[in-house]
Amino acid sequence: MHPLRSHKSYLASIGHRVSGVALAVFLPFHFLLLSTAINGADAMDEYLTLAEMLPVKIAEWGLVTLLAAHLFFGIRVLLLEFTHWPRRINRYAAWIVPCTIATILIATLFIIRVY
Amino acid sequence: MTEPKTKDSHLSVNVWRGGNEGELVNYQVPARENQTVLDVITEIQRFQQPDLAYRFACRVGVCGSCAMTVNGLPRWTCRTHIKKVVDNGQLTVEPLRNLPRIKDLVCDLEPFIDTWKKAGAPFSGSRTRYDPPANIKPDSPLRQAADAGLQCINCAVCYSACDVVHWNRDYVGPAALNRAWTLVNDVRHAKRQETFEKAFSENGCQSCHSHGNCTRHCPIQLNPSESITGLKKMVFKGLPKEDKK
Amino acid sequence: MNRYLFIAQRLSAMILAPLVIIHLGLILYAVSDGLSGAEILSRTHGSWAWASFYFAFVLSVAVHAPIGIRNILKEWTSMNQAIINGFCLLFGLMLLLLGIRAVTSVV
Ligand code: SF4
Ligand code: SF4
Ligand code: FES
Repeated sequence: MHPLRSHKSYLASIGHRVSGVALAVFLPFHFLLLSTAINGADAMDEYLTLAEMLPVKIAEWGLVTLLAAHLFFGIRVLLLEFTHWPRRINRYAAWIVPCTIATILIATLFIIRVY
Repeated sequence: MTEPKTKDSHLSVNVWRGGNEGELVNYQVPARENQTVLDVITEIQRFQQPDLAYRFACRVGVCGSCAMTVNGLPRWTCRTHIKKVVDNGQLTVEPLRNLPRIKDLVCDLEPFIDTWKKAGAPFSGSRTRYDPPANIKPDSPLRQAADAGLQCINCAVCYSACDVVHWNRDYVGPAALNRAWTLVNDVRHAKRQETFEKAFSENGCQSCHSHGNCTRHCPIQLNPSESITGLKKMVFKGLPKEDKK
Repeated sequence: MNRYLFIAQRLSAMILAPLVIIHLGLILYAVSDGLSGAEILSRTHGSWAWASFYFAFVLSVAVHAPIGIRNILKEWTSMNQAIINGFCLLFGLMLLLLGIRAVTSVV
């Protein structure tokens, strides 16, 4: 990778962006699924049984992970942009490790809760 | 590109030749104990390639005219020792990224200079020569904020390092926004509000993603990234109030 | 991004952050014994608390996402600015309508 792009704060910003796009693409379908509930719980279950299939489960896990990533790295952006902080030369590199750990934590928790 | 052949005690230097279209040409330059990237380029120009075009003026890191891309990263070449950048006896020197290339290592800085105007850069005084000079306390918070961004040598290294500039050439970029930061904090500047608004126009400070490339590569350790977040913090409250006298 | 879009996006982000934390917590809580329509609906039906929670969610998302997409299209594609603006406006409206429909059908 180009040396201008292979550092933490660059990757953090790309990760934040890509997870955001993925969530934006997924969201309309999420809303459509929930709307099936207008025809009662049974209609919704027809779709929800899909969620028992392994590939769907994996995709679900992916979405939860993306949501967690976008959340934590988004909080990081807000902290960077709107909090005061003793001047520190590489502030833009802060909080990346905790954000990654928090994301991995949520991703693992999801797997534990499902099984 | 000519096949690089490193002889002992020689550097194998690939230099960009041409404009936007061009190629890397290999030169063998004697390796010395003490030489900067600019020295190497000068040696090539003096003894091997008299029509090689490149820019420099002060040779001591003051004028900001010698910036080039060295082994992929933007640097001031007159203050970059070869030992710091050489990779297995290899050196690749290209013009700065994100700017149109004119010839060889010289790029057209006009787009970069234009960004300064776009971000509201010219200082505009409110006093005449008959007025007493403004009385500014050096330790007041606004003055300190402005001071942190001063001394920029306009080398365009940060502009060249910034990927947002790379994606969107309308983005005004780190150097101009760093300048805007010093101006909105400068109570002597008559057009603070105008500079503030320009810094917040479409393609202004909001476009920065805090990658920090500008700060990592600024040769004189300015922190444009921090100046830009400083501007962003003003988005809700507007211009900082003048310091109490 | 202009100043007001920036404000709108960062404000919606500040609203979304706690909502997403609750949402994630709920997902982790509810997912353990499989999802069922009946279970989801029993939680949300007639609950004003959940209804307003999800309305706030939908509203903020419909503001937050299109502005982000607009930046990305601007920086990563060569699409014309007017087309990008139109597309993002439509995307936001679609999120809003689908979202409201989804919330009204579960409460
Ligand atoms: S911090 Fe902002 S201005 Fe500096 S390189 Fe990154 S995106 Fe560009
Ligand atoms: S901020 Fe630093 S890198 Fe950018 S132009 Fe000024 S001196 Fe050069
Ligand atoms: S030649 Fe003046 S800064 Fe390098």
